[in-house]
Amino acid sequence: MNQSAPNSFRQGPDNRGRFGQFGGRFVAETLMPLILEVEQAYNAAKADPAFMAEWRLLLKDYVGRPSPLWYAGRLTEHFRATAPEGKGAKIYFKREELNHTGAHKINAVMAQILLARRMGRKRIIAETGAGQHGVATATACALFGLQCVVFMGATDVERQQPNVFRMKLLGAEVRPVTSGAATLKDAMNEALRDWVANVHDTYYCIGTVAGPHPYPTMVRDFQCVIGEEAKVQMQEAEGRLPDVLVAAVGGGSSAMGLFHPFLDDPSVAMVGVEAAGRGMDTEEHAASLNRGRPGVLHGNRTYLLQDGDGQIIEAHSISAGLDYPGIGPEHSWLHELGRVQYVGATDSEALEQFQLCSKLEGIIPALECSHGLAHIAKLAPTLDRDKIILLNLSGRGDKDIFTVAKHLGVQL
Amino acid sequence: MSRIAAKFASLKAQGRGALVTYLQAYDPDPKTSLAIIRGLPGAGADIIEVGVPFTDPMADGPAIQRAAQRALKAGATLPGVLALVRDFRSGDATTPVVLMGYYNPILSYGIDRFCVDAAASGVDGLIIVDVPPEEADEIEPQAKAAGLDLIRLVAPTTDDARLPQVLRATSGFVYYVSITGITGTRSAAKDTLEEAIPRIRRFTDLPIAIGFGVRTPQQAAEAAAIADGAVVGTAIVDTLAASLDEQGHARPETMRLVLDQVRGLAEAIRGAAR
Repeated sequence: MNQSAPNSFRQGPDNRGRFGQFGGRFVAETLMPLILEVEQAYNAAKADPAFMAEWRLLLKDYVGRPSPLWYAGRLTEHFRATAPEGKGAKIYFKREELNHTGAHKINAVMAQILLARRMGRKRIIAETGAGQHGVATATACALFGLQCVVFMGATDVERQQPNVFRMKLLGAEVRPVTSGAATLKDAMNEALRDWVANVHDTYYCIGTVAGPHPYPTMVRDFQCVIGEEAKVQMQEAEGRLPDVLVAAVGGGSSAMGLFHPFLDDPSVAMVGVEAAGRGMDTEEHAASLNRGRPGVLHGNRTYLLQDGDGQIIEAHSISAGLDYPGIGPEHSWLHELGRVQYVGATDSEALEQFQLCSKLEGIIPALECSHGLAHIAKLAPTLDRDKIILLNLSGRGDKDIFTVAKHLGVQL
Repeated sequence: MSRIAAKFASLKAQGRGALVTYLQAYDPDPKTSLAIIRGLPGAGADIIEVGVPFTDPMADGPAIQRAAQRALKAGATLPGVLALVRDFRSGDATTPVVLMGYYNPILSYGIDRFCVDAAASGVDGLIIVDVPPEEADEIEPQAKAAGLDLIRLVAPTTDDARLPQVLRATSGFVYYVSITGITGTRSAAKDTLEEAIPRIRRFTDLPIAIGFGVRTPQQAAEAAAIADGAVVGTAIVDTLAASLDEQGHARPETMRLVLDQVRGLAEAIRGAAR
């Protein structure tokens, strides 16, 4: 943490795909030429106004952007009721859960599918944990008539049956991955293995701001639409910038999408909320930044949950979307610089806020963003009433009702 | 001259290619693993590749993934693997040993200390699957200083523009990945290899070994004749796995079955000597 702050937090990565010491391209030679090709194609696409215009049009007419900014008045008042005199910040939601397919994932997926088409690829592969990225990818593939194969840990296939069925309805093949612990990290291993074996016709559509360069940058750039919109909308609503941004972090795509456009606004504080599972000091959590240390996995150097011998440890979270032992490399960098604060919220804290938000706002949030809400529950009562907190409500909770019912002991 | 260079020079004089065998350290347990590795040179292996177990072997097929899981369950750690090489080295001064694995365990051990300790344990070369030339400056100086060869993978997708860059960062020998894919899933046709190897030779004088998809004695003999060596991994790991009992423990015949297979491969390569 003893590094001097850079002039801008938004200029990374360098030409090796590094944010400070994090990121890079740690892949086998078999993959290296593919990664370089994706980088080249991405650089050309983002400089092509026609490509960006096509993506923007899809975001508007197919995804339903811009997503609204919502003042969560009832939740704000709820926390004010028990807060000390004069305390209780205003809470806003950036409503990514209203996007087509129900989460922010579709933003970057639409762009990547357009990129794959530009590259002449006919077959798309993706990894998925909770199934949100898999559903988004299957959706885009259906729209463009592309073959879609989604790798999903067998454990996740079990606990996310509705999304598995959704993907199949959309015409995708869902391949349960049984290697390792059969969760998101193993799905990513398997997708990478598939990619090397099907170099010529396949594009790997990664769902988060992790993996080898250029993925962390590319997915970030496409998710930045969240923060860019929010900045404008907040000006309209309040005439100023928010004071604190809050988002849950697994791989970290929803958080990066909200945070990045604000990184050079010093008045805006940012909090990434990791899944603390059964508790940060138990062995069952997914808090890579708070309890991990730097290492190399899935093509990038970043904070990882690992044992003393460098073997990767399984993550745990009630939310399948946060159940990953690593995090995007740019988050590791922002963590070490201290620009973003990373905290944790437990399974039970998230469950509590899942229910509270449903009852008070009429919005059933995904378990992922319920972790963000859990931090807001702690933070809002400590801030003055004129302060503004903005949460990335990155997904809707319909997919989670079975998990939540089970934890509440309700038979569906 | 390094053990690797000396071995290839001596085989060249004999007019044949090298048999490079691959097994994961600690598979299925440290004692059996050491016994098999000690038996390999006698069975005809010219170079021994020792796989360093890792939880997330991205470039490996199901057979080697399972081997890694067995090894980790048996308590494999990087210091343990180095100790195994030391034990082997105490009885064999000439057979080259190459460690093949992934970067994170090395990073966790500490790059500087790892290179020094590996060399002191009798390791001759490293294949770090997920460190391409683009990232090699992280470990190259330390490996060089310790006298360790950095053996690099060249793939069918490595084009002529990229090949010199990869080869510049390679020492010891070149490991040609004969298929686009993961270990042990399919095999390359002979005529594909007959085109691929001269392409690489245009850019390097280093010996070339062909791996990923070399399974049978005949394939090994062909590969060793077309290039300078054949790497057989998955096929041997499969034999080992098939010999285990229901709990995944070694049976009395495990070692014999593995070494018999190596003998078969070695005979085929010797039979095909130029």
